[in-house]
Amino acid sequence: MQNKKYKIQNKQKKAFTGGAATAEALRQINPDVMPVYPITPQTPIVEAFAKMKADGKVDTEIVTVESEHSAISMAVGASAAGARTVTATSSQGLALMNEILYIASGMRLPITMIISSRALSAPINIHGDHSDVMGARDTGWIQLFCEDVQEVYDNTLIGMKLAEKTELPVMVIMDGFITSHSVEVLEILSDKSVKKFIGEFKPDRNLLDIKNPLTFGPLGLPDSYFEFKIDQEDAIVEAKKKYLEITKEFKKFSGRSYDLFEKYQTDDAEYIVIVAGSTAGTGKNVVDKLRKKGQKVGLLKIKLFRPFPYEEISRSLRKSKSVAVLDRALSFGSVPPLYSEIVNALHSSSATCDLSSYVYGLGGRDIFNANIEKVFTDLINGKIHKKTEYLNANK
Amino acid sequence: MNNKLTQKLASGHSTCAGCGIPAIVRTVLAATDDPVVVINATGCLEVTTTLYPYSAWKVPYIHSAFENAAATAAGVETAYNALKKKGKIKKKINFVVFAGDGGTYDIGLQALSGMLERGHNVLFVAYDNQGYMNTGGQRSGATPLGANMETTPTGKFSFGNELPRKDIMEIVKAHHIPYLAQANVAYIEDLRMKAHKAFAIDGAKFLLVMQPCTNVWKFPTSQYVNVGKLATETNFWPLYEIENGKYNLNLEIKNPKPIEEFLKTQKRFKHLLKLENKEIIKNIQQDVNEKWEALLRKVQLSHLSELNR
Repeated sequence: MQNKKYKIQNKQKKAFTGGAATAEALRQINPDVMPVYPITPQTPIVEAFAKMKADGKVDTEIVTVESEHSAISMAVGASAAGARTVTATSSQGLALMNEILYIASGMRLPITMIISSRALSAPINIHGDHSDVMGARDTGWIQLFCEDVQEVYDNTLIGMKLAEKTELPVMVIMDGFITSHSVEVLEILSDKSVKKFIGEFKPDRNLLDIKNPLTFGPLGLPDSYFEFKIDQEDAIVEAKKKYLEITKEFKKFSGRSYDLFEKYQTDDAEYIVIVAGSTAGTGKNVVDKLRKKGQKVGLLKIKLFRPFPYEEISRSLRKSKSVAVLDRALSFGSVPPLYSEIVNALHSSSATCDLSSYVYGLGGRDIFNANIEKVFTDLINGKIHKKTEYLNANK
Repeated sequence: MNNKLTQKLASGHSTCAGCGIPAIVRTVLAATDDPVVVINATGCLEVTTTLYPYSAWKVPYIHSAFENAAATAAGVETAYNALKKKGKIKKKINFVVFAGDGGTYDIGLQALSGMLERGHNVLFVAYDNQGYMNTGGQRSGATPLGANMETTPTGKFSFGNELPRKDIMEIVKAHHIPYLAQANVAYIEDLRMKAHKAFAIDGAKFLLVMQPCTNVWKFPTSQYVNVGKLATETNFWPLYEIENGKYNLNLEIKNPKPIEEFLKTQKRFKHLLKLENKEIIKNIQQDVNEKWEALLRKVQLSHLSELNR
């Protein structure tokens, strides 16, 4: 009954781009500090937020820094000082931040970063793919992928709370242009609900605590460094549990439930496609079409990429005959990153399904229903690729 | 040890014997009665004061990376402003960065420029030991011409570092911050005065402090103050400040000593004293003279405009 009450009072439909949706969530949160540096296709986020500040809708300290390296460095300082801190970036910006990403997670700072994911140079390309975020997958940040504008809004709220509960930084990832610049209808919560869900930020360690002076970022030599890293690993693994607690609470406010990953028609599926980001939407269309034809197909959508839910995913694949993993990034000289995780998940489980690897959409290359249908057809026909296949590429 | 001096940076750190960095830190931090938060770039000071599980810092301290101390400080100061605005903090807090010359002139320059441009209320103190001493003594943008460094060694075809020092004071000045000054740890009262003055001013402030490094400059630890003094007595390192764009000389040397007097105290310049390098010493002397005269003109011009007002 409680849920119904929230639904009636606290929801509103709006039409927003992914960038505007995250800015709207941030307006409702009203964070303390936001260092910003422009990069396409992230810029609409910080522009929208800056306008909110100019119109007096938020009182966040926005600082126009001189590089992404300084944006994340400033975020580290602000977060250590006890401020609720947010920034946003894409592509080269995330790559430039790389060094400090490790410091943010190593210092256990709950920074939230919105990523409009984009290809990496060279050649320079401003369009969406997952090369940037996959390049940052081992930096100790929690990574949350979004399929659409609704998830961008929801994950901005969930991500920030998760950061603060785990004392780990969080990346909320939307597909550059496809999600960041497309207008979709979404449901937003009331400001009051958001305030209640997010709560006050009260870090238990704080650089501005003059009475209890702390040293942040000490020198850890071979006698201590190892244990610091083990603690960090334990914390990010533990984040899985906290994510589920938070999404359960979020459901009370929104009515929307989020699991570690999304299972679309997978329960009885013999053939499953695994994908992260906006392409899941296209994939679901294809699943619907093939289901109508009586094919037992399903789609598994990645949400929490770090920490990666290995056991849970392998359990969901147990009944399938074959699985195709669609990656929007390469791992040069190795196998694509998401595929690699699925291999790991299956290796330590009793699942016996066959596995194929596909790469799609690099540098913003379109991916059509027909491309995904071809993947399913391959699976159904028992055509399992030993080598990675490229979808809609002239190779 | 003097109890007052070790209130903020305790004894028991592991800087080298004869290192002046702790004296710089203590002198600067003793120049304010308000609470301070220290932001430190990677370098000698950081590795010698924060070896886990120990810390020599009795004030809040953060170290992030080498090149981003100014950006980190900007974040800490911005957080302070945000939390103060929301009534979560009431006390006045000072923010002080300590960075070496690498973290200031070279790798830290971009972040420093951003911090200065935006006018964060932070005092940036550069201890200038003229090279990358924490990594064993490589050349930096602050290394003087002719110095024998690990990455610019002397040899049959080399007299050491071939590049002149970067003029960091003029670079910082170009950001039009309210106060910057060049000081020398050998003149501790002058340093104290400058730190005191800087703390009283709102906005970004910059102190460039000469820090003779016994290890890499190669002189006996007993000569620490003498070497520092000679840098100023030869006009190689004049003591001056720039307040609201106006230059002010803090110590005028009546009869400046020849630069050789400074060079010959340190083994890093030993090769320059050989006959075949006479010309290089001449060039160094000429450079010192020209820079001194240029500074003098700026000082005179500053005071002239005062008279005209």
